[in-house]
Amino acid sequence: MRLWSFHGGIEVPGHKEISTTRPVEPAPLPKRLILPLSQHLGAPAEPLVAEGEEVLKGQMIASPAGFVSAPLHASSSGKVVAIGEHPVPHPSGLSAPCITIETDGEERWVEREQRDFRQLEPAEIRETVRQAGIVGLGGAGFPAFIKLNPGRTIKTLILNGAECEPYITSDDMLMRERPEQILRGLLIIRRAVQARRCIIAVEDNKPEAERSLRQALGSMKEDADDIEIVTIPARYPAGGEKQLIRVVTGQEVPSGGLPVQVGVVCHNVSTAVAVYRAVELGEPLISRYVTITGGAVAEPRNLEVLIGTPVEELLQLCGTDPGAVQEVIMGGPMMGISLASLGVPLVKTGNCLLAVGRGEIEHPEVMPCIRCGNCAEACPMSLLPQQMYWHARAKDFDRLREYDLFDCIECGCCAYVCPSNIPLVHYYRFAKSEIRARQEQKRKADIARERHELREQRLAREKAERAARHARKRPGPSDESKKAAIQAALERARAGKQGAAQDDV
Amino acid sequence: MFKKALSSPYIHNPPFSTRGMMFRVILALLPAAAAYAWLFGWGVVVNMLLATGVALLCEAIMLALRGRPLQPAITDGSAILTALLLAFALPPLAPWWLTTIGVAFAIVVAKHLYGGLGFNPFNPAIIGYVVLLVSFPRELTLWLLPAQLAEHTLDPAATLGYVFGATLPSGLTIDALTAATPLDAMKTQLGLGHTTSEIMANHPVFGLVGGKGWIWIDLLLLAGGVWLIYRRVINWHIPVATLGSLFAISSLFFVLDPQHSPSPLFHLFSGAAILGAFFIATDPVTAATSNLGRLWYGAGIGVLIYVIRSWGGFPDGVAFAVLLMNMAAPTIDHYTKPRVYGHDGSGDA
Ligand code: SF4
Ligand code: SF4
Repeated sequence: MRLWSFHGGIEVPGHKEISTTRPVEPAPLPKRLILPLSQHLGAPAEPLVAEGEEVLKGQMIASPAGFVSAPLHASSSGKVVAIGEHPVPHPSGLSAPCITIETDGEERWVEREQRDFRQLEPAEIRETVRQAGIVGLGGAGFPAFIKLNPGRTIKTLILNGAECEPYITSDDMLMRERPEQILRGLLIIRRAVQARRCIIAVEDNKPEAERSLRQALGSMKEDADDIEIVTIPARYPAGGEKQLIRVVTGQEVPSGGLPVQVGVVCHNVSTAVAVYRAVELGEPLISRYVTITGGAVAEPRNLEVLIGTPVEELLQLCGTDPGAVQEVIMGGPMMGISLASLGVPLVKTGNCLLAVGRGEIEHPEVMPCIRCGNCAEACPMSLLPQQMYWHARAKDFDRLREYDLFDCIECGCCAYVCPSNIPLVHYYRFAKSEIRARQEQKRKADIARERHELREQRLAREKAERAARHARKRPGPSDESKKAAIQAALERARAGKQGAAQDDV
Repeated sequence: MFKKALSSPYIHNPPFSTRGMMFRVILALLPAAAAYAWLFGWGVVVNMLLATGVALLCEAIMLALRGRPLQPAITDGSAILTALLLAFALPPLAPWWLTTIGVAFAIVVAKHLYGGLGFNPFNPAIIGYVVLLVSFPRELTLWLLPAQLAEHTLDPAATLGYVFGATLPSGLTIDALTAATPLDAMKTQLGLGHTTSEIMANHPVFGLVGGKGWIWIDLLLLAGGVWLIYRRVINWHIPVATLGSLFAISSLFFVLDPQHSPSPLFHLFSGAAILGAFFIATDPVTAATSNLGRLWYGAGIGVLIYVIRSWGGFPDGVAFAVLLMNMAAPTIDHYTKPRVYGHDGSGDA
C-alpha cells in the first residue's frame, strides 16, 4: 500500500519499552470512585442519581445534556456519597462537578444485553455507542457516536493505532492483548459508517502489536477481506488525526473542516474496543488501559483501570515513592497536562500517567528567538511558529489569524526543537483562548443588541397600531393614510435602529 | 530530559541550544582565524582580542542601560561572534580606535538599539564594518602583505606599538608594509585597461586562483562551514545559493569576456565571499527563514556581490550584498510562506 508523508514532525525517544514488560492486569477496586460529569468535549452530563442512592456497576448515573455530550456510568456498584465539586484533571487545576461513589466491593452489574452487531442497523449501533458514554479515547474525548454518523459516503475507515507520543503504551498493549476485540469493534464501526475500506495503522516501532493484530486478522473467518494493517514510519505526531489521514490516504482534511469531508473516518483502537464491549457485551465505558510510567515509578506498566480511580492510588500500585515525584502528567510529555493534585480521578481520556522524578527536570533558560526556523521545519501543519510567536507576544490577533493560528494542533514539535527554549505552544494556547473570549464577548453583545432592536421594533409597531386604532375611531384620514401612518412609524423605527447600528460600529 | 514548563510539551531537545550554536560557529571560525594570524602577523591576534573585549564591554553596558539581566545574554556567544567576524574584515594592522568604533557601533547601535539579539534586522558585524568603510575608507584598505611576500614583519611588541601608539620601529613606514588587497588590485588594474591574465601574472599579490596566501584562509573557512552544515548548525541552502549564484554569474561573464572578467574561482576565493556565504549570510536573525526563502536570499547575495565588485564603487561587495538582502528578507519570507496543511494552494489568507 502506498504511504504518504507529512511535513515536519520530530524524532523523539520513545521510552516505551519500560512499560510493556508486564502483562496488563486489572487495578484493584478503589474505595471511592470520583466521576467528573464532564469527561468529554461538549456539555457536561446531568446527574440522574441523588446522594445516598445505591448504584449498580454500569448503571447510567448522568445523562447527556444536548447533542454534543456523553452520559456517565457507575464504574462499580456502591453508594453515591457526594455530588459536587472535586479537583479534576484540567490544565487550570480547577475543580468541577463530580459524582463520588463509595464502592461496596460486590461489583453487582446492571443487566447487560448481549447482541450480535449484524442484527443491528447503523442507527441502532450509534445509539448504543451513545448510551454507553463512549468518547474518543485517544484524543480530546469527542463523543464517539457523532463520528459514527458521517452523513456522507465514507471511502476509508482508519483505526488509529499509531500511538506516537513517547512513554504511552496503552494502545500498544491493547493491540497486543486484545486484537480480536479491536477487529470486532472495527467491524461494528464499519457497519455504522458503511465504509468501503478499513485500515489499521500502527507505527513501525510496535512489531508485537502488529504481529498480534495480523494473527487475529488471519484467524478471522469472515469479513476480513477489505481490512488492511499498515505500518507507518514512527515519527511524532504521525498519530495526529490530520497527519495520519495524510500518511494513509494522501489527502488533507480541509482547514477548519472534518475528515468526513474527504471521505475518511478515524477512530482510535481503544475506542474500537469500547464500541465492541458496548454493542456485543452490553457494557458501557467504565474502564480503560492506562500506562503508568516515568522516572519516579518503580514498576512502570499498564493497568486496566476503572474510570474514576484516584490517580494517587494508581501511582502507589506501581511503586511510586511520593517523595520522589516532581510532577505527574496525564497523557504524554508532548501534549499531556500537568496535574495540580494527585487526588484527581482518572478520566476516560486518560491514557497515561507519567510521574517525573526529581532531578529529571531541567530548567533551560529561555533565550530570544533567533529566527533559526527550526520550529517551522518541525511543524506538521506547515505553519510558521516563529511568526505566530512574535504576533502572539504583540497580541496582534489579526495577524495571528493570517498566520492560521487556528490550524495549530498544539503538538509541541516547535517548542521541542526551539534552541532558545521558548514555550511557543503556551503562547498559542493563550492567544487562542483570548481570541475565543473576544468572539464570545462579541457574540453576546450581538445577541443583546439584536434583542434590544427587536424590542424597539415591537414597541414602535404597537405604538403605530395604537395610533391607527385611535385614528379609526375618529372620522378623518382614509384607510390609505392610516396605512401610510403605520408605515411611516415603522420606517422611523427602522431608521432609528440603523442609526443605532451605525453608532455601534 | 523534562523541563519545567507552564504547559506541554514538557520535553525539549533541540539539536543545540542557541548558545551552543553560537559557540560552534565560533569554533568553526578559529582554524581560519589562526591561518589569518599566521599569514598576516600579530596584528590579527590583537584585533580579535581587542574586538572581543570591546564587544563584551559594550554588551554589558547596554544590558545594564536597558535594565536587562547580564545573564544569559552576556554568555550567549553572540557578541563574541560579532567581534570575531568584524575582526576578520579589518586590516591586520588596524589602529585600536578603528576596531573599537566598529565593534561599538555594531553592538550598541546595530544590536541593542534595535532590541538586542533576535530583534536586529541587520547583521551587527556588517553594520559595524560598513560604518567603518564609509567613514574611514583609507584605513580599511591598508592591508599588510602576506608573510610570504613581506620583507618586514612586526613582532608582538611592535604590533602593539602601532595599534595603540601609531608608531612603527624606526626605518619602517606603513607603505613598506602594506599593499592593496587582491580584489582592490584587480579592480584598479582592470580600470587601467589591463587584462586579467596580465594582472595575475605581473602583480605580486596574486597566486594561482586569487590572492597569494588567501586561499588557505578561504579553504579553512570552507572546511569550517562544511563542518557547520554537517553538524546541522547551519543549513546548506544559503551558502550553496550564495556561492552558486556568484559562480554562475561570474562564469557567464568570464566566458563572454575572459580578458576583462576575473575567473569564477577568483571570485569565490577572494575577498569575503566564503566568509560571507558560510558565516555572515547564515546569521539566522537577519536571513530568510524558510528553506526556499534561503535559496532566494543566498542567490540574491551572490548576484549582488558580483554586481558590486564589477560595477560598484567598492572592491568587495559582500558587506553591501548581505545588507541589501537583510532588507529583502522579510519580503522573501512573505512570498515564500509555506502552504499550510488543509489549505489549498491558491494562497488563501
Ligand atoms: S525554533 Fe525558536 S528560536 Fe528558532 S525560529 Fe523558532 S521560535 Fe525562534
Ligand atoms: S504546536 Fe502548532 S505551531 Fe507548533 S509544531 Fe505543532 S502545529 Fe505547529
